[in-house]
Amino acid sequence: MARQLHVELVAVEEKVWSGDADIVMARTTEGDLGVLPGHAPLLGQLAEPGQVRIKHSGGQEIAFDVSGGFLSVTATGVTVLAESCTPASAQAAH
Amino acid sequence: MAGQVQALRRRIRTVKSTKKITKAQELVATSRIGKAQERVAASRPYAEAITGVLTALATNTNVDHPLLVPRNPVRRAGVLLVTSDRGLCGGYNANAIRQTEQLIARLRADGKQVALYVSGRKGVAYYRFRGREIAGSWTGFSEQPRFENAREIGETLIQAFVNGADDTVDGPGPDGIYGVDELYMVHTEFRSLMTQVPVARIVAPMEVEEQEVSGPLPAYEFEPEAEELLEALLPKYINTRIFAALLDSAASESAARRRAMKSASDNADDLLKRYTREMNSARQAAITQEISEIVGGANALAATGSDV
Repeated sequence: MARQLHVELVAVEEKVWSGDADIVMARTTEGDLGVLPGHAPLLGQLAEPGQVRIKHSGGQEIAFDVSGGFLSVTATGVTVLAESCTPASAQAAH
Repeated sequence: MAGQVQALRRRIRTVKSTKKITKAQELVATSRIGKAQERVAASRPYAEAITGVLTALATNTNVDHPLLVPRNPVRRAGVLLVTSDRGLCGGYNANAIRQTEQLIARLRADGKQVALYVSGRKGVAYYRFRGREIAGSWTGFSEQPRFENAREIGETLIQAFVNGADDTVDGPGPDGIYGVDELYMVHTEFRSLMTQVPVARIVAPMEVEEQEVSGPLPAYEFEPEAEELLEALLPKYINTRIFAALLDSAASESAARRRAMKSASDNADDLLKRYTREMNSARQAAITQEISEIVGGANALAATGSDV
């Protein structure tokens, strides 16, 4: 069993980020959500404005400001769809 | 004789300066094709992801969203035409407009009224000049479309489609606004550097491709409810399709322009060669004539002198 999530962050005009992570945190319209490896398939609409935080294996965390976003969790990984997506300034340092 | 040389020299100068323009356009278009193609490729991951999500949603829920259900009867159809803002691109706009005209004729033959939406200055100018009604137009971004442009178009079209839901045969229905019951889109598909083909596609009502899945489907959780998600996703999906069409058209436009400008530059080269030859022979003829006139004059003088 893979203990890593394959995460893809795609904006309309380009793919923003992709890689492996330990946990993905986001806020849907229903509430905060953390996705760990092995999560059940899920489709969610992200809250506006929303932030998606991705923690990689090294313990580092990167965050993105996302608007018009959706979150899709499948057996193969996590895909975040966004109309626009920019690295969050505060935690961008990495 | 000298006049002819002058005239040819002037024509050569004209052709040369025209060639400078066409050559510059050709180079600009060449560099833009590459960029446009990169943008098409860059937008693909999102398009694939949203199609995947939508398929997952559609297979897990009952699809009865207004954007998915064909209406009967169809009274008005909306047609979006994507053209360029600038000319000098060969048959690019003419082909797209011809395709649109064919589509409109077909819709009319089926007894549907047509509402026309146009993107790009050339298309707008074509229909304005002919006094045809345009329901909506957008200009100024045909070579480098942004997603905001696609969203603007998409919102207008979807609004028209929603407005059309309550139209009756005699009038615009309770909301007092004429809408449309079907949406089509004509854009130019980039097949290769040499081939760009105008294509007409239906945008709404949409058909969600049901993927053949072997075995049990994964049970999805939805946040919020599936119907709400569908409501939020479908317009975005339409915007994405319009955006893809704009990008594809931008690549086609540059490719068409490059080809048109290349043949114009080549033609200018041929003309230059021909005019230069003509000018040289005209100049030579003038010189020959002058010499023979001088020689003839001298001989005549000499002849009269010796006679006396």
